[in-house]
Amino acid sequence: MSLTRDQVEGIAHLARLDISEAQMPVYVDSLSRIIGLVEQLASADTTGVEPMAHPLADQVQRLRADEVTESDRHDKYQRNAAAVAAGLYLVPKVID
Amino acid sequence: MSLHNLTVAQLAAGLKARRFSSLDLTLHFLRRIEKMAPALNAFVTITADGALADARAADERLARGEGGPLTGVPIAHKDIFCTDGILTTCSSKMLSNFVAPYDATVVERWKAAGTVLLGKTNMDEFAMGSSNETSFYGPVRNPWDADRVPGGSSGGSAAAVAACLAPAASGTDTGGSIRQPAALTNLTGIKPTYGRVSRYGMIAFASSLDQAGVLTRSAEDAALLLGAMAGFDPRDSTSVDVPVPDYVAELSRPLAGLRVGVIREFFDKGLEPEVGTLVKDAIEALRAAGAAIRDVSLPALPLSVPTYYVVAPAECSSNLSRFDGVRFGHRCESPRDLLDMYKRSRGEGFGAEVKRRIMTGTYVLSAGYYDAYYLKAQQVRQLIAADFARAFGEVDVVIGPTSPTPAFGIGSKTSDPITMYLNDIYTIGANLAGLPAISIPCGFVQQGGRDLPVGLQLVGPHFTESLLLSVSHQYQQLTDWHRRVPPGYE
Repeated sequence: MSLTRDQVEGIAHLARLDISEAQMPVYVDSLSRIIGLVEQLASADTTGVEPMAHPLADQVQRLRADEVTESDRHDKYQRNAAAVAAGLYLVPKVID
Repeated sequence: MSLHNLTVAQLAAGLKARRFSSLDLTLHFLRRIEKMAPALNAFVTITADGALADARAADERLARGEGGPLTGVPIAHKDIFCTDGILTTCSSKMLSNFVAPYDATVVERWKAAGTVLLGKTNMDEFAMGSSNETSFYGPVRNPWDADRVPGGSSGGSAAAVAACLAPAASGTDTGGSIRQPAALTNLTGIKPTYGRVSRYGMIAFASSLDQAGVLTRSAEDAALLLGAMAGFDPRDSTSVDVPVPDYVAELSRPLAGLRVGVIREFFDKGLEPEVGTLVKDAIEALRAAGAAIRDVSLPALPLSVPTYYVVAPAECSSNLSRFDGVRFGHRCESPRDLLDMYKRSRGEGFGAEVKRRIMTGTYVLSAGYYDAYYLKAQQVRQLIAADFARAFGEVDVVIGPTSPTPAFGIGSKTSDPITMYLNDIYTIGANLAGLPAISIPCGFVQQGGRDLPVGLQLVGPHFTESLLLSVSHQYQQLTDWHRRVPPGYE
C-alpha cells in the first residue's frame, strides 16, 4: 500500500504537525511502509472476535465521588507555560 | 569488590550494618557518573545536590535504627517519570524546559522507601524506539561495545546499571522497552502485569500498553525494587487493587515441578542462530534443575508487530495531542495564529520517529479506516491474548529469547523503521496481552571481538511477577552470567 503525498499532507494537518517540504517525501515513504506492514492484519480470521477493550478481562473503569480532592496549584503549574498573565494562559488572537 | 559492584541486596545489608554510609555510597556513584556517564550519554540530568541531601537524610534514619531495606540505596529514574522540581524531558525537545510540578507515584514510592536519586536517565524520545537513538540528547552507548546501541527505549537506565553507575534504575515498557535493553546489556529487567504499577506521573505513550518496571543486576534486586514500586494507586484509573506479595520472600520457590512452555513461534528464521543456541542451553539448565519442558504454539503471535503498530501509534497520537505549546512544552517563535502555533510548536518540538508514530496513529484512526485498522488490531490483540491464555492452561510460564539479535551497531537500523520495529517481535506480545514478563542474562555471543550479552525471556499469567522472579532467581543460583560486568567498568 502506498500513501500519496496529498494523503500524508492531510494526515500532517489533522495531527497539527508542520512538516517541511524537504522532509515530506521521507514521511510518504516510511508511512507507506508502515501501513504496508500493518496490512498483514487482514490475513487474520477475526470473525466473531470481540475487540479487546482492556488487557485484563474483568476490569472496569473505577468511579469516584464527585468531590474536590486537589488543592489549587496553578501558580506552580503555570511556571511551565510559554506565556501567562493574570493567571491565564496566553495564545495568539483567536477572534478578530 | 568495590561498592559499585555490590547488588542492591548487598548494599542494603552493608548500610544496615553501618559498614558504609549512604553518603559514602552516593559520593562513590556520583564520582563514577561524573567520570564515566558522559561517554555513554546515559544521563540527561544528574541530581548531585539532591542526592547528597537524600543520602544525609537516609543516614540519619539509619542511625536511629529506622528505615527499610532500600533506605540509603542510590537509584536512577528514566526521564519519563515526573520528579517534583527536577527537569523531566522524556528526551524530547518538546519537554527540554519542563520542570515537573509533582512526583510520579513510582518516584514517590521509591523516595518513601528511602532511596537516593542520582539522576534522570536518557531514553528514546517519548519512549518511542528500540535503540535509544531517537533521543533529542543523542544516542546512548552500550557499555559492552561503545559502537553499539544499549537497546531502548530505557537505554540510559540500562547503560547506567550495566556500567555500575547506579545499582538499579526504573524503566517503562510499552513493547519491550525494559526487557530488550536489559537483554542487550546483561541485566535483569521486569515488566509487570498491566495495572500492577501506577502510571500516575509517567508521561504517557500508549496507555493500554505502558507499564513501569525496573532494571537491575539480579532477580533478587528486581524483587526488592518492584516490591517498593508496585501497588494500588487511586490516581491511576487502570491501577489494579490486588495485594503486592513479598517478592523477596518468594524467591526461594524451587524449580522442580515447574511447567515451562517453549514458544515455538519465537524460534523462527529471524532469530540469530547463536542467540537461539544460548536460549536453548538455558532451557536445558531449567530442565536439569527439575522443570518440565514442553513445546507450546501461539499461532497469532507472529501478528503482534502489525497489531502493535496500529494500537500503539493510535494511542500515541491521542496522548501526544496534549502538547500544544500552551500549558507546557516547546512553543515556536512569533506564531501567526493559533493553528500556526500548534503546527510549528509540534513540528519543531517532536523528533522524526515521534512524528511518524503520531501520523500513523492519526491515519489508522481517521474516518473510513478505523474498522480496517484499529478495530481489526484490537480483534487480533484478543486472539494473541487467547493464545497465551490457552498456553497457561498447560504450563506455568512460557519462555523464549528476548530479542532476535544481540546489540546492533549505532546507525545500522535507523534508515528503515520496519527493520527497527521487528526488533521487538518477541517482547510485544506480553504488552498486548497485559502479561508480566522478565528478561534475564543467559550467555554471550562473540561479535567483532566483543562479548555481547543475550537475554532469556519468561512470560507468565497476570499477576505472577513473584513466579517470574523466583524462576529467574533460581536460574541465577545455577549460572553466573548476570554477575559479569563489561570490561572497563569492573
